[in-house]
Amino acid sequence: MITLENINRSFGDKQVLHDLSFDIADGRMTGFVGSNGSGKTTTMRILLGVLAADSGRITVDGTAITPAHRSAIGYMPEERGLYPKMPIIDQLVYLARFHGLSRQTAKKRGLELLEELDLKGEPTDTLESVNLGNQQKVQIAAALIHDPEALVLDEPFSGLDPTAVERTLAVLTSFAASGAPVLFSSHQLDLVERLVDDVVIINDGRLIAAGTTDELRRERSSPEWTLQTDADMGWVREVPDITVIEFDGNWVRFAAPDSTTAEAVLRKALDVSSVSSFAPHIVPLNRLFQEVTQS
Amino acid sequence: MSTETLTRTDSAANRAGFTTAIGLVIEREIMVRLKSKAFMISTILSIVILGALVGVSGALPSLFSSTDKVAVTSAGAEAVKGIEDIEPVVVDDVDEAKALVSSEKVDAAVVDSEDSPTGVAILSLRSAPESLIGSLSLTPEVELLDPDAPDPALTYFIGLGLGLVFFMAAMTFGNTIASSVVEEKQSRIVEILLASTSARVLMFGKVIACTILAFAQIGLTAVAVLAGAAVSGNDLVLGKVAEPIAWFVPLFIIGFVMVAALYAAAASMVSRTEDLPSTSTPIMMLIFLPYMAVIIFSSNETVMGVLSYIPFSAAVAVPMRVFLGTIAWWEPLVSLLILAATTLLALLVATRIFERSILQSGPKLSWGQALRRR
Repeated sequence: MITLENINRSFGDKQVLHDLSFDIADGRMTGFVGSNGSGKTTTMRILLGVLAADSGRITVDGTAITPAHRSAIGYMPEERGLYPKMPIIDQLVYLARFHGLSRQTAKKRGLELLEELDLKGEPTDTLESVNLGNQQKVQIAAALIHDPEALVLDEPFSGLDPTAVERTLAVLTSFAASGAPVLFSSHQLDLVERLVDDVVIINDGRLIAAGTTDELRRERSSPEWTLQTDADMGWVREVPDITVIEFDGNWVRFAAPDSTTAEAVLRKALDVSSVSSFAPHIVPLNRLFQEVTQS
Repeated sequence: MSTETLTRTDSAANRAGFTTAIGLVIEREIMVRLKSKAFMISTILSIVILGALVGVSGALPSLFSSTDKVAVTSAGAEAVKGIEDIEPVVVDDVDEAKALVSSEKVDAAVVDSEDSPTGVAILSLRSAPESLIGSLSLTPEVELLDPDAPDPALTYFIGLGLGLVFFMAAMTFGNTIASSVVEEKQSRIVEILLASTSARVLMFGKVIACTILAFAQIGLTAVAVLAGAAVSGNDLVLGKVAEPIAWFVPLFIIGFVMVAALYAAAASMVSRTEDLPSTSTPIMMLIFLPYMAVIIFSSNETVMGVLSYIPFSAAVAVPMRVFLGTIAWWEPLVSLLILAATTLLALLVATRIFERSILQSGPKLSWGQALRRR
């Protein structure tokens, strides 16, 4: 587990991170969410050692992070980049050797990765000669080339077509499933919601919320239910402790303090008409995000 | 796609050490240039052309010389005997010689003359051949007090040559290192690199690689020039400039490291190649102005003395003064020390700027901003 504790960082007189603390658990996908300029990239750079923190500490399984730890992280920066005019396999080997791999090992692993990622084109082609989708595969290969023990990816899905998104997803989930911690930032909250086990939300460099998506829902808003019946549901507004959020004749979405209160609504509905559906409503992360960043 | 095999294994990779990492950067920088057709073609062309020029220059005098046909009378024939480049055409008398000269069948005529102290006179249509006049004239005895004294024209050309070598290398490879830095910054690969190594490693690796390339290119050119000189038997190139060149080499290497480091720093301050001139022009002027000064003031000993202590002109001014023999034995050493100290300072400043600016994207920084940044 990687733990960030009270990380502070300023650029000039502008403080961009304020006492930021959160965990990246082993074998879990942690989504890192925040508006533009909220400090996500800075946090990731500090985690990788590309930037230094002004104060605070980072630990790996309880001990302070070392360069060897950092070297075992696979990193994909937000603005992707490799050498456009260098052969694909050569740059993978070059990057791997900074992590202490021998040329032979690096080349073997690079070729395997490109094969698995289904690169269309020769490994000896220059990067600029293959299309964007394939360049993206090479970028993923670059993050995995040194057989990392953790992954940190800054906006791995931005600018990808649906096929590429699925491909990247498959790589990330299989990687996390092997027991490694994975942290990635994304603006695509629907994706984050589908994908992540844990969410870390920051705003203006401050931690707003951290935990599993379920925990966040429980903490941040009262649970909601939807109810669909044959008859008009106007009477729901009169039930004590119930807040109607959305109403459309025979359909209603309401918030209730607990499930007993919600079930009372269901019982009453059954008395007046037949019920075609009754279900807890999952608040989309999108709305949760709006709530927590605006509150 | 099978994703099972993408899982990690137990072989945790170790971060490459400082020197190993620098070695990797040097290797890549050199291999990229060696694989670049443009670089190889321009290098090979310049080497071949320079070598050939020096080789041909030895043969030039014979290409331009020509044999003059000269009509001679009996006394004339005696006078021109032993003069090179002359083909005597024996005639009976002065009139016949005049006729041949008038019809331009011969270039000149040497005929009997009782008025002339030499006993002969030269006839020619418009102008008499210089070599002929010289050979037939009485010349006062000339005593050369210092036959080895440097020829001012030669000094000028040595200054021009060494200056050109330094200036071209600094400009070419300065721009090479700058574009290599901007490429990594612009493509953002620098962020991946910085996650596995330090900014210092990147900068030192590039500076060392460019110095090696520049020196190899100049070394090969020097070999070609010397080979050309050997072919043409031009002992001037071989003999007199050995000592100046012995000083030029260390001054060049150290001075080049300084220039390369400054170029790397200049490049780290911009995000796009288009912005590069605005930060690299000051460095170019630092190289260009002293270079011009060395050429303009090549015969002014005071100015040359000062220039040999200025780090940016030392590599050219010191060898020139060594050639002229106007330099005390300790002066090149002091100049070398000053240059080394300046280079060390430049490396420190450049590393500082590089480390602080390399992740900066967006508008370019000024030198002042880059130094103040934290």
